[in-house]
Amino acid sequence: MKDVQSAWRDPELAKRLLDLIAKAADRPMKLMEVCGTHTVAIARFGLRDVMPANVTLLSGPGCPVCVTANRDIDLAIEIGRVPGVVLTTFGDMMKVPGSYSSLSREKADGRDVRIVYSPLDAVRMAQEEPDKQVVFLGVGFETTVPTIAATIKAAGARGVKNFSVLSVHKTVPLALEALVNDPEVAIDGFILPGHVSTIIGPEPYEFIASRYHVPGVATGFEPIDVLQGVYMLAKQIHDGRAEIEIAYRRGINEHGNPTARALIEEVFEPCDSEWRGIGVIPGTGLKIRERFSAFDAALRFDVTPPEPKAIPGCQCGDVLRGVVLPFQCRLFGKGCTPEHPIGPCMVSSEGSCAAYYRYTDYGRA
Amino acid sequence: MCLAIPAQVVSIGDFRMAEVDIHGVTRTVSLDLVPEADKGSWVLVHAGFAIQVVDEEFANETWELLNQIQWDDSDGTLTSDAAALEA
Amino acid sequence: MRSDRVLLAHGSGGTMMRELIEDIFVARFGDEALLRMDDAAALDVPPGRIALTTDTYVVTPRFFPGGDIGHLAVAGTVNDVSTAGATPLFLTVGFILEEGLPIEELRRILDSMANVAEEAGVRIVTGDTKVVERGHGDGIYINTAGVGVIRDGLDLSGSHCKPGDVVLLSGTLGDHGIAVMSTREGLNFGTDVVSDAAPLNHLVGAVLDAAPDARCFRDPTRGGLSSCLNELASASAVSITVEEDAVPVREQVRGACEMLGYDVFQVANEGKMVAVVPAEQADAALAAMRGSKYGEDAAIIGTVAEGPAGRVYVHTTFGARRIMDMLVGEQLPRIC
Repeated sequence: MKDVQSAWRDPELAKRLLDLIAKAADRPMKLMEVCGTHTVAIARFGLRDVMPANVTLLSGPGCPVCVTANRDIDLAIEIGRVPGVVLTTFGDMMKVPGSYSSLSREKADGRDVRIVYSPLDAVRMAQEEPDKQVVFLGVGFETTVPTIAATIKAAGARGVKNFSVLSVHKTVPLALEALVNDPEVAIDGFILPGHVSTIIGPEPYEFIASRYHVPGVATGFEPIDVLQGVYMLAKQIHDGRAEIEIAYRRGINEHGNPTARALIEEVFEPCDSEWRGIGVIPGTGLKIRERFSAFDAALRFDVTPPEPKAIPGCQCGDVLRGVVLPFQCRLFGKGCTPEHPIGPCMVSSEGSCAAYYRYTDYGRA
Repeated sequence: MCLAIPAQVVSIGDFRMAEVDIHGVTRTVSLDLVPEADKGSWVLVHAGFAIQVVDEEFANETWELLNQIQWDDSDGTLTSDAAALEA
Repeated sequence: MRSDRVLLAHGSGGTMMRELIEDIFVARFGDEALLRMDDAAALDVPPGRIALTTDTYVVTPRFFPGGDIGHLAVAGTVNDVSTAGATPLFLTVGFILEEGLPIEELRRILDSMANVAEEAGVRIVTGDTKVVERGHGDGIYINTAGVGVIRDGLDLSGSHCKPGDVVLLSGTLGDHGIAVMSTREGLNFGTDVVSDAAPLNHLVGAVLDAAPDARCFRDPTRGGLSSCLNELASASAVSITVEEDAVPVREQVRGACEMLGYDVFQVANEGKMVAVVPAEQADAALAAMRGSKYGEDAAIIGTVAEGPAGRVYVHTTFGARRIMDMLVGEQLPRIC
């Protein structure tokens, strides 16, 4: 395997691609990177600064941590407060504020909250501690959903009864439609998420191109990947085309991962989902199917979380839709910093605001 | 939501749990999502699972092709080699 | 010593405590001051200014690949004293032991401490022990203080860095943090990365011999290289730029960081030293580091410039420039 460091970060190739982008981008264009991991990659490699003037990169709602609604975090916290519950989560969710608390605050207050790298670790904990109720907080897009689906099936196969999942997963393609339809948002092309596309392939995005004439290119996370993706988008716009293309050929097949897609289909069904700052987007949530309802934490625990409340002054919603750049938020750098974050975009390790604050000079005194 | 890194399958045990190697760090991951993966396959690893098999040759080839893209100023098109890249 | 576990009685000041101290602590450390079993150590201190440091060690797990809490406690204290340009001489050690801690583990930890102290050439001269109830104290906590005498005429400080100065790093980044992480539950991965915990007083001494106008030394422990450089840049009101490609990192540590979503610049190190020296003494300083034990992989990693004050930049592999930000809170493994 070509060494990542040398090949996909090659400065010479990067320059060539930047030249090509400059030639193709003969008019101003706004491209939205949907995936939070792209936001971080772009910030970390300083790509925004080297883009030709005509190309503006906007950050979108592709950070599943950022877009998880307060209501859902509050529910997870309430379940975590039930005696005997072990609440397990990916590290990403720990510091994200809900209406009144966060998982990390709950842990500090003595609740059994544990970080896992894989949902399978949570099943193992359930097997090792049969007197506990292990609940896994399922946050993530289609990259992660099949891993949870596989985990639920594995739990079933192993006969584990004290394990359940709180599914607040979201899916991407319909969310893109909501953005395209949003009058405040004006996007000329989408940089599509690399690993979500590894699972779903290009086909679920086709309607964005065919119905709305907005092109999309699915690309990876190394600097060369991102530049290649931007180049292909600029080229499409230049040519007047609107197609869904794959730049990340080494990671994405024409049909995605059929095994993974089938697993998602088997264990989950679409439902509505609330996206922080955007509101409910129909069909973008995933609910555990009845067949597997024994593993559904929302059904297993009868709790009533308090009424959710919004964070005063927070403009995360506008940032997530690309209406406002992070440093344009009135709180960015003043009152909202990584040390004292107010909204999830600053808390999340791949929130747009955190990426800007951590890697760029914007907003610093 | 997309941190997935390439790793090579070193050995496969029960229930399709495999040892994979990432730059000399080994980890146990599930191959449930990639039935076609075998010992020696390169896979993308995310959250303790392999989510896709990576075609090593393909990856190298793609990189070569990328280096050959040219912009034809006269009509803003690509040379035919690079067009193959986009196919 | 009859019990195989630490008991509450061992901390109560009576005969059992004396037994613990004599049979376990003093027997292992064997220092003449300790042997007198007085409440304070009476010592002959060479003339000069004194460097004094204190630290507390609470690492879990207490045993990790390449070391244990004992290694850290002595090496860390020795290193802190060394950053003042002082020759470390004496250490104090205070233990908070949890009821139920196996004596065997305590012996192993004391062994580590004695070995590192011997290597560094420091004396452990006085100590204290308390025992807390089961359920408190995480097994063992160790507090230390370290004293050394500063080389004549030397005035090292993090506020002395000047534009044009060169930043050196004594070896590979991230080894300790990743080694400890590899034992954490839920993050099991096999790696032969081991902690780098080591006493660096001899290395610092060698660098000072070669580069007598060195501005400062810092050990990049918690918060990693990033905290260290950000603190220096702030204290000196300068900016520092690091060449990403010049920073030595083991392949496996890089792989582990990629997998967990960690920034290697923020991972803790326990056997590394950062030195800032005037440009004309950089090569000599580097040679001195490389010639020292624990400094084989030393490298020049960056430079100091005017400003903006307090900024640390990374000149990336890729050719662009970004900020090296300080760790906020803890690093948590990410899948995003």
